[in-house]
Amino acid sequence: MVNLTIDGIKTSVPDGSTILQAAQKIGIHIPTLCAHPDRIVKSNCRICVCEVEGSRLLQTACSQPVFEGMVVKTRSPKVIEARQIILELILSNHPQDCLNCIRNVNCELQHLAKEYCIRENPFKLKTKGLPKDYSTPAIFRDPNKCVLCRRCVETCTVIQGVGALGLENRGYHTMIVPSMGKNLGDSPCVMCGQCIHACPVGAIGEVEYIDELMEAIADPNTIVVTQIAPAVRVAIGEEVGMKTGEMPMNKLITALRQIGFDYVLHTNFTADLTIMEEGHELLQRLTTGGILPMFTSCSPGWINFCETYYPDLLDNLSTCKSPQQMFGALLKTYWADKMNIDAKKIFSVSIMPCTAKKYEAFRPEMNASGYQDVDIVLTTRELGRLLRLCEIDFDKVEPSEFDPWMGDYTGAAVIFGASGGVMEAALRTVYEVVMQEELKDVNFTATRGFQGIKEAEVDLNGTVVKVAIANGLSNARKLMDQVRAGESPYHFIEIMACPGGCIGGGGQPITRSNIKREERIASIYIEDEQCAIRKSHENPEIKMVYEEFLHEPLGHKSHELLHTHYHAKNKRLI
Amino acid sequence: MGYKQILDAYKNIPGGMIEAFNAIQDIYSYLPEEAIIEAAKVFNVPVSKVYDVTTFYSMFSIKPRGKNVIRICQSAPCHVAGAAEVVAALERELGIRIGESTADGKFALETTECVGQCQDTPVITINGKPYMGVTPATVVDILAEYK
Repeated sequence: MVNLTIDGIKTSVPDGSTILQAAQKIGIHIPTLCAHPDRIVKSNCRICVCEVEGSRLLQTACSQPVFEGMVVKTRSPKVIEARQIILELILSNHPQDCLNCIRNVNCELQHLAKEYCIRENPFKLKTKGLPKDYSTPAIFRDPNKCVLCRRCVETCTVIQGVGALGLENRGYHTMIVPSMGKNLGDSPCVMCGQCIHACPVGAIGEVEYIDELMEAIADPNTIVVTQIAPAVRVAIGEEVGMKTGEMPMNKLITALRQIGFDYVLHTNFTADLTIMEEGHELLQRLTTGGILPMFTSCSPGWINFCETYYPDLLDNLSTCKSPQQMFGALLKTYWADKMNIDAKKIFSVSIMPCTAKKYEAFRPEMNASGYQDVDIVLTTRELGRLLRLCEIDFDKVEPSEFDPWMGDYTGAAVIFGASGGVMEAALRTVYEVVMQEELKDVNFTATRGFQGIKEAEVDLNGTVVKVAIANGLSNARKLMDQVRAGESPYHFIEIMACPGGCIGGGGQPITRSNIKREERIASIYIEDEQCAIRKSHENPEIKMVYEEFLHEPLGHKSHELLHTHYHAKNKRLI
Repeated sequence: MGYKQILDAYKNIPGGMIEAFNAIQDIYSYLPEEAIIEAAKVFNVPVSKVYDVTTFYSMFSIKPRGKNVIRICQSAPCHVAGAAEVVAALERELGIRIGESTADGKFALETTECVGQCQDTPVITINGKPYMGVTPATVVDILAEYK
């Protein structure tokens, strides 16, 4: 342990700790911008500078290790003045259009400017004047707002193993750019959106579709139907001043109706359906010598990644569409028929924790219903904006239920939102289908939790099925390289592009640390516990859709509407 | 030698990417996009990282340029010794501006930071070879060596 004094308070911390860590321990707040709790130390923004006795220059708290007898001042006038100058310099080339910014009131730079009382900036404003990049339907970049903290580059390269973002030039001319300085759309970006969480400002964000929604709601001839994904509920409260997981689903349903959605349905319905189809696909592959291991296909960021980096393994992917796209295909066929609504009039909106789903909805092959199956995709953050825009007062909102035919769900669908959830849900069903007996304990806890790679085994009538789960694409790479080398011991692999699974998706409320992701995971499993039915094949509406419409898993109708195929992306800049 | 062979030759050498790029530039005078993409494969890093390296170092060019790269020092000692007149003479003699290449592909004109020859300013380099105490009058003779 090392003893030191910070602002007159004595403390001791383990050798190798930084000033920042020591200060946090005793509740002294030091501002940060490039530092991020789950990322490496970069010390390039300089905002965390402190005075260290005996040191001529100010030291960055995020990188300076403590030493015995160290005396640190974090709030002296000299420190505060230095931080103000640093902020003024950063702001001197940062566009001052905060009111129009996607991160208005949720921006780390704006927050610091407020905390440090930045008023008149002595440095003349000189912005870069670069065009915004809207080359993907999911994520935009505004290079003018970039503060060069490099958090997105680390996230894209190290956490996600994608490497779409990097640096260009040096010194004053440094910029963060997609590969070869081209547009994001030309880069190998998989649209997972993790860079959005990493960005402290509004330099990267989701492409918004709120105007398109409002237009559809305003049109009396359009029937606006929404599906909402399981990971949205656990996080949406964070957007409207509630705690993680606190938003009751039945109040959210009413709120969606108040916004103007004509019908409110649940993606969980097709999560259960995915389990029916994917579970049977796994059994078919296991019993007929099909290609193994089979990979899950629910995460469109993962699909983009596989199509970009592992095109030789596309046959390992389950042919099941994601729950969003299964829902879209059924909405304009099965549901429209049952409700006696002309499919042409339906505007299909999905609310997702995901940015890659925006891209997925626009894939040209996603029109099995004869129309574009999902018309627009909103993220959880856009839903938050809608709730605030419509000034929904949740204290006064009465609870209500989902509309019929595609709103019922089980606990198995709920846990799709957490890494390992699809695997656990599949095992609950596969076990009962194979064993023809009731599964006593539905909790496969080995598949749960935040760690990057998990594995488990299930004994099905003497056949040991080995499964693995990865979240975060750099972890997926490890499992994929094993498969490519012919050394994978697994039968079934679940991959979620985002750390923690969908609860940590690129469209979720801005998530500054993994602790928040773990809170959301906990909330998912609480909801699962509270469900009366926790196995997908016991969902009464799922039984009905097979009786009335699909007839059997992997049947003709299923193949037409619920399954798809994948294409190598042939990206040059990987 | 094609750039693929050059890259492969440096594949297992520490810091080999930069050495390989120097060798490629000796032949092509710049780093073609295909060479950057190939380097990413050879050195097993993303294209974005290779691009970072190629744009970080001012001696690398990712745009086609003339075969003989002339660089004039833009640091203070050369400036006070009359670098501006040397620039004007070079531009006049070659018919191009700083940052451009001649139409016949023979010369590229660039600036550089101090090359450490401040004892005899102004300084220019051609393909890395320094020429000291350059004047508008001597520019013609120096260029003639490369024509």
